[in-house]
Order: sequence, then structure tokens, then C-alpha cells
Amino acid sequence: MAQTVLHTANTRGAADHGWLKSFHSFSFAGYYNPDRIHFGALRVLNDDFVTGGMGFGEHPHDNMEIISIPLEGELQHQDSLGNTATIKAGEIQVMSAGTGVYHAEYNPDSENPAKFLQIWVFPNKRNVEPRYDQITIDKDTRNEFVQVLSPNADDAGVWIYQDAWFNMARFDANTSKTYTFHKEGNGAYIFVLKGSIKIDGQDVNTRDGFGIWDTAKFEISASTEAEFLIMEVPMKF
Amino acid sequence: MTNILIVCSNEPIAATIARLINKMEDWHATVALSLNEAMENCYAKAFEVILIGSGITQPQEDVLKLHLEKLKANSTVVKHYGGGSGLLYAEIYQALADK
Repeated sequence: MAQTVLHTANTRGAADHGWLKSFHSFSFAGYYNPDRIHFGALRVLNDDFVTGGMGFGEHPHDNMEIISIPLEGELQHQDSLGNTATIKAGEIQVMSAGTGVYHAEYNPDSENPAKFLQIWVFPNKRNVEPRYDQITIDKDTRNEFVQVLSPNADDAGVWIYQDAWFNMARFDANTSKTYTFHKEGNGAYIFVLKGSIKIDGQDVNTRDGFGIWDTAKFEISASTEAEFLIMEVPMKF
Repeated sequence: MTNILIVCSNEPIAATIARLINKMEDWHATVALSLNEAMENCYAKAFEVILIGSGITQPQEDVLKLHLEKLKANSTVVKHYGGGSGLLYAEIYQALADK
């Protein structure tokens, strides 16, 4: 029988650093909730708002798969691997931190905020050579799951060192679709960006997170026009 | 005082982790850049938490754990992820809670 957990938007940790407002679905920095540490291999889901012209100065990471999905605006990326790039809404960025990488991200638009999801997944392999990639994702497809991340370099989307699959979806109201897991033992954490959906009958609203595992598939139906991200990750890793 | 040993061969990242730990009033960080340094530190001092950072392999971690067993040390060994990031404090709180 499927097991589930609902994290409503108003139960997330909140941080306001002036230039950065962030909502944490799981324990992060000053927000510590022992009941909200991770969902399987999904460790961080931060919903970030960066003020115009501001950003994250150079800082290190290691042994983590770091995925950024801009929702509005742009982020300028620079890292110790020699990459300089701008990512904007409709793109996805991935960094395997491995043995260690320094990077900085800032909002180059002095007027408008940048909004993005910062997602960290525990890697299935430690101390790999750091790597960076970014791609454009399909924004036009509606009423389908659009794969944006997988474990396979030759599959759709970016890839990471973990048996994880991410799908973005834009559903019209009253659209239903069944999600089938790629791998036994995986669970899915669904984060609603906009609108309201039902997952196996459970209402999930804007900025809520819903985890489901111990099942081979589940049904998502849109109560309104809705956008959401499905993050399938191993529950044991 | 809670003594925390960081075992990490990436020196700048180890320094970042130590700086963040030492910002906490009751925590004190010691850095070991190799397995040998970690083992020497464990002879000299008792650590409540040992963080295994980047560059340390699983066999090296296993050797360290065996060493701690022989010393009858009450240290909790945890893998550190993220490189001195937003996960660090939760990892340490969890390790202390699990003791």
C-alpha cells in the first residue's frame, strides 16, 4: 500500500536575508526540523527569491548533485571549473560537486528578482570529478510529463549521479495522467508551482510538496490549470 | 564543548566547514586532511562527531571506524555532504541526537 506525506506550503522553513528570501521544504541552514530532513535521496528543495543585482558569492560544495531550475528572471553562474553562463526560466542547470567545486550565482537584472528552485540530491557515488551542465527544457508541451533529468547521459534532460528522474508538467484543468515509477524502491516528491492538483485523491496546492512511495504508480489530476515538478528518487540510497 | 573532527582532503572546503562549526558557541572543529591525521587526532582527543568529507574513500572511513572501535571511542561518524553548506548544522544535530 502506498505511503504518503504532505508538506503544505505554510509549514516550510522560511529565511529572509534581505537580498534572499527562501522557503525550505527540508532542513537547511538555520531551519532544522528533525522530521523534515530529506525525502529519500532528495535532501534540499529551496524556493528562492533573489533581489535584483544580488546573489550568492563564491562558496564551495562537495559530494552533492545540485540542480537549479529558474522560474522567473535570470541567474549568472560562474564556477571554479571555468564555466560562465546565464540560466533563465525554461532552462535547468546541474552541477555534480564531487571532490569539490566553487561557484557563485547572482541575479544580473538590477531591477527584477530572480526566482528559482534549488534542489540537492545525494549522489550515488562520492568523490567524482566535478561537472556542470545546463540545457533548455521543453516549455510548450502540455498535459504530458516532460523529463528534465535522469541518471543517463543519453536520455532526455540533464543527468546526475543518482537513480533519479525529474519531470516538469503543465496540465490544463481536469487533465489526469498516471505516473509510473522508473525503478522499484523509488519514491516521488511532487512540488506544485502553480494551481491545484490531486494525487491519488489528495489535494495538493500551490507550493505544497507531496511525497509518495511503496507503490508502482500514482495518478495526478489537475483541479485547475497547474504546473508541477515530479522528483523521483531512491528511498534508500 | 562539543568536539567535531572534520576529515577532508580538500583543504579549502575543510577550512570552510571548520569556520562554520566554530561560529557555534559550544562547538569546536579540528581538521584532519588525511586518514593518518584523523587517526592521530583520535588518539589525542575525544570527538563527539566525526564528519567524513570529500576525498576520503569508503575503505579509509572503514579503517577509521575500526581504529575508533579499538580506542573504545564514543564518536559518531557521519558522511558530510555539500561542502560546508546548508546541510552542515543538520548533520551535526542529527549525529548528536543519535548518540
